[in-house]
Amino acid sequence: MFSRLFENVSRRALVLLGALLIGLFGAPLVASDYLLTVLILILYFAYIGQAWNIMMGFAGQLSLGHALYVGLGAYTAAALYVHFGIGPWIGLLVAVPVAGLAGAFIGYLAFRFKVGGVYFAILTIAVAEFARVGFDHLTWTKGSSGLFLPVAQYTRNDLWLLRGQPVMFYYILLVAAALAFVFCRALLQSRIGYFWLAIREDEEAARSAGIDTFRYKMIAVVISSAMTSFAGVIYAFYYNNLFPEQVFHISRSIEIILGPIVGGVGTLFGPIIGAFLLTGMSETLIAALHALGIDIPGAKQVFYGFCLLLVIAALPDGIWPWLSRRIGLSEREK
Amino acid sequence: MPFDVYLNVAVGGLLTGLVYGLMALGLSVIFGVVRVVNFAHGEMMTVAMYIAIVLFSALHLDPLIMLVPISVVLFCFGYALQAGVINPFITRPEHSQFLLLVAIAIIIINVLLIIFGPDAQSVQTSYSYDSFQVGKLIVDATKLYAAAAALAVAVALYGFFQFTAIGTAIRACADNYTGALVVGLDVKHLYALTFGLGSACVGAAGVMLVLIVDVTPSLGPAYTLLAFVIVITGGLGSMPGALLGGVLIGLTEAMAGLIFTPSAKSMFAFAILVLVLLFRPQGIMGKKAA
Repeated sequence: MFSRLFENVSRRALVLLGALLIGLFGAPLVASDYLLTVLILILYFAYIGQAWNIMMGFAGQLSLGHALYVGLGAYTAAALYVHFGIGPWIGLLVAVPVAGLAGAFIGYLAFRFKVGGVYFAILTIAVAEFARVGFDHLTWTKGSSGLFLPVAQYTRNDLWLLRGQPVMFYYILLVAAALAFVFCRALLQSRIGYFWLAIREDEEAARSAGIDTFRYKMIAVVISSAMTSFAGVIYAFYYNNLFPEQVFHISRSIEIILGPIVGGVGTLFGPIIGAFLLTGMSETLIAALHALGIDIPGAKQVFYGFCLLLVIAALPDGIWPWLSRRIGLSEREK
Repeated sequence: MPFDVYLNVAVGGLLTGLVYGLMALGLSVIFGVVRVVNFAHGEMMTVAMYIAIVLFSALHLDPLIMLVPISVVLFCFGYALQAGVINPFITRPEHSQFLLLVAIAIIIINVLLIIFGPDAQSVQTSYSYDSFQVGKLIVDATKLYAAAAALAVAVALYGFFQFTAIGTAIRACADNYTGALVVGLDVKHLYALTFGLGSACVGAAGVMLVLIVDVTPSLGPAYTLLAFVIVITGGLGSMPGALLGGVLIGLTEAMAGLIFTPSAKSMFAFAILVLVLLFRPQGIMGKKAA
């Protein structure tokens, strides 16, 4: 298993990967508080992007409703903590199956009835929106007035209850993003990974080759949704407040998938590069507009939209395939 | 609650539903021909809404009179968008097109936000509070005018596709892309024309909705989604299906708002979508194997 993980990985790729990991590991030592929150955001999106990529990049199923799984994870863990004092790691044992079941439900509905492509994408949005309106009216989670976790001034980090300073969340997300990366690499090297790619490229052909396409698409959805819900749990305990309008909103789903698409769908580095670039771009725009003295709501997003337009027009496959050719990794990574 | 309350709300929902149907028709036409999912559909509608509001508040031009001019503006906008920006993406994968249109949607929403600010605006016409009474049934005049106009635009569009040479050519592009190229049709131009027509539809729907709802720059995504729900419910590519889907969703939302709570009404629209996907994936009026 582990030997296969490093199969076909060039020395150059390993060195770059190691450097990236060491750099990220040491970053909190030098980063300011502000930069740390930006890095947390980047790792958060890198992790979820990786999870989304399993579904779209590997198995070819376009989900536009991943905020659903973030929200379910966040709300389940937070509600268990607020109502019963159950810690997030135990809550995770409930949150992950809940999100996985939601994923399985959508997958079953769609794949059983051959709902594919655009229809599938709309179904995922619809279920997420359904959840948003539903949670608005769910009194157990305080509805639209929001669910709040008790907060205090923390001097030490309680890893078990996830109560503490941003740097703790940074390292949790760093480990999660790294593990997700390794996990996705392992998946791609495995039998399932090859089946997924076959389904992505040509579903009819994959079926005629004897691949149980329904089963493997279901596996992709369930893994992806379960992974995403972990990010939701972290989200809940990092931000300490949850509003259905924010957590489940379609713009959250779009945020999640911009990174991997810009970075390169189906690539392992795409979600990471995309998260760095988009979050970095967004923060730079805020700083630049602030420096220029432009304080108009919406100005940042207009620039953001145009940047997005340029990137997608110039690099249709995303940044990573282009970048990997630049730094001489292209035959290795695909 | 007395029966006539239900009846009044149902008629109101039905009339609003026809306007929804026209909006969805635009989306259906674009997807049916160009095969691009217009994720900026609702956002384009808000553009038309704000044009109507500006014309009304500055020049006191009635939205229903400005229906045609504003639709023409939206047509040009749609034509330019397809010919200039979207056309290179026609052969690209869905997620790539999706990203492009999301970028366009983000730009539209925030340009509107910069110009008009986040506050809700509305149009108060001289007939805003008029109504017609037939027995116990009270029909809102605005909704009736809007629905009649929506129906008229839809019929005109149907006639255009069925009985004109350009309409036939566009249908040929939708049926067989390669065949259309072979017989020498200017597919690029026809695609842009179709996108323009779809935009004109949603523009017309927007002008009419201005009379019914308050407008904010962030209104777009909800209506984009609504248009999708309607189109899939009615059957993608079916023009009567889009109107029928609109009426069905409009009716459902109105009744759900009455029986449960207005804020939960969109849940029922999504529930209908799930049911349709379950039992009739091709939509109510759609052909098998969409």
